[in-house]
Amino acid sequence: MNLEKEKVKHLAELARLELGEEEAAEFSRQLSEVLAYAGKVREAPVAGMEPVIHLLSLANVFREDEVEPSLPREEALANAPHREEGFFRVPRILEEN
Amino acid sequence: MNYETVIGLEVHVELKTEAKVFCGCAARFGAEPNTHVCPGCLGMPGALPVLNKRAVEYCIKAGLALNCRIAPFSRFDRKQYFYPDLPHAYQISQDDLPLCAGGGLKIVNPAGEERLVRINRIHLEEEAGRTYHSGTGTAGYSLLDFNRSGLPLIEIVTEPDLRSPEEARIFLEKLQEILRYIEVSDCKMEEGSFRCDANISVRPAGSREFGRRMEIKNLNSFKAIQAALAYEENRLGSLLAAGTPPEQEESRGWDETRGMTFFMRPKEKATDYRYFPDPDLPPLVIAEEWVEAIRAGLPELPEEKKNRYVKEYGLPVQDADLLGSFRETAEFFEATLRCYSGEPKTVANWVMGDFARLLNLEKLTPAQSKLKPEALAAMLQMIDDGQISGKIAKTVFEEMFYSGKSPREIVAEKGLAQISDENQLTAVVREILAKHPGPVADYRAGKTKALGFLVGQVMKETKGQANPGLVNKLLREELDK
Repeated sequence: MNLEKEKVKHLAELARLELGEEEAAEFSRQLSEVLAYAGKVREAPVAGMEPVIHLLSLANVFREDEVEPSLPREEALANAPHREEGFFRVPRILEEN
Repeated sequence: MNYETVIGLEVHVELKTEAKVFCGCAARFGAEPNTHVCPGCLGMPGALPVLNKRAVEYCIKAGLALNCRIAPFSRFDRKQYFYPDLPHAYQISQDDLPLCAGGGLKIVNPAGEERLVRINRIHLEEEAGRTYHSGTGTAGYSLLDFNRSGLPLIEIVTEPDLRSPEEARIFLEKLQEILRYIEVSDCKMEEGSFRCDANISVRPAGSREFGRRMEIKNLNSFKAIQAALAYEENRLGSLLAAGTPPEQEESRGWDETRGMTFFMRPKEKATDYRYFPDPDLPPLVIAEEWVEAIRAGLPELPEEKKNRYVKEYGLPVQDADLLGSFRETAEFFEATLRCYSGEPKTVANWVMGDFARLLNLEKLTPAQSKLKPEALAAMLQMIDDGQISGKIAKTVFEEMFYSGKSPREIVAEKGLAQISDENQLTAVVREILAKHPGPVADYRAGKTKALGFLVGQVMKETKGQANPGLVNKLLREELDK
């Protein structure tokens, strides 16, 4: 299975990764190999088997609608490089997603 | 050439649960920033989501109220994009297997035509945090509050079945009314618990193909929705008329102050969200029995209620509309009616009149007020039985509203009982006649209007407590002697 350079660049963009031309070519080669290896799964005989919709054999794991204590604010913000009046402070965001 | 407008809506509604959808933090609006957060809704490594059962129940409830099919099998997916208020860098949502599908809502448009607005799907997802922008230029920065992160959210997607900005507004008002009725959300646009993105395109009338679609984001009032869509309808119509249809699909914003939409970004760049099933959350298998139990618990919906008020109680359509639009008002009205054997219209008048006026004045809802339906019913019965006059009833009602006392107590305490004692009233009548020889002569000379004046004098003398029918009768008897 092949992962073209253009596709690699697109994925890099979505993941906000900067890739040079050479890197894109290199990752295209490497990722194609990885995909080819994982692609062996496709050779498994699955005729007549139910498709797997979820990896877990569990279903319906619920919590009741009950409030539990939250983190103290100091703790919630403890690892924040920047904060201001109880908020996390981050660089200006121009465009809304 | 005539043009046709095509509109479809995506409505986001925050569900009114106690706790968030995947963790136990309180789901409450207006708390101090970052006080309702935990490793789960802050996206810290290692924290695992566990689904709030009530959020699922509320989503199913909304689906049933909007005539959707509830999927027997459903699951959660990760929708991946980057934004600082999305701490996992993905949103837990539902992609190809939403909880509710199909369905629809009928509206009556301004032309009086009934239209079915089909609903494509309703799915359950988590809310993002809140971003506040601060400072300007290069000194600008953003502040993040994650209290909202992880609130349960449903997204309701309609088919492109709306044909005018007015229809869009009517649909949304009706949707809001229903969701409040079934008590799954407060639907407060001003607090963001009910928000809407609208897709609009314009095409030559009769055309079967859609025109290029514009998405208007973040509309936060009914007024803004209708105004933004009307602006865009005009803009697209003019472009078509000029032979220059839009070249690309766009996301556009709404500038409230300038009253116009503005370009945000082309739709072609539409984010590739790379959805995949969330491995942290087991799928949902919804049993038929659960769905039926939820269906059985649904209240009568506003539309059925209003129709029934007209048919069963003989109320005018306007009264039915007023009483039926808010669940608490409707419940108060019906509860009063259950304890009262008189006319439904009498109850309706008091609920829409004095009660509504005092509620408004005190900014209370019917359930928050001290007045109980049984007390109103008892008061109406006292009027019917001639124990108090209609006029005195207004005083009694106000006292009941503020004190929560029974009408009997108030009447006894304040000595407001109607005077229906013939001997007592005859004495007053004679006294009044003696005091006012002029009007008495007028009446006897055939000026029957003078009777009204005399009735008024008797009522005044008895502080409004005399039985007016009896006063009339006694006056005539005395005058005709």
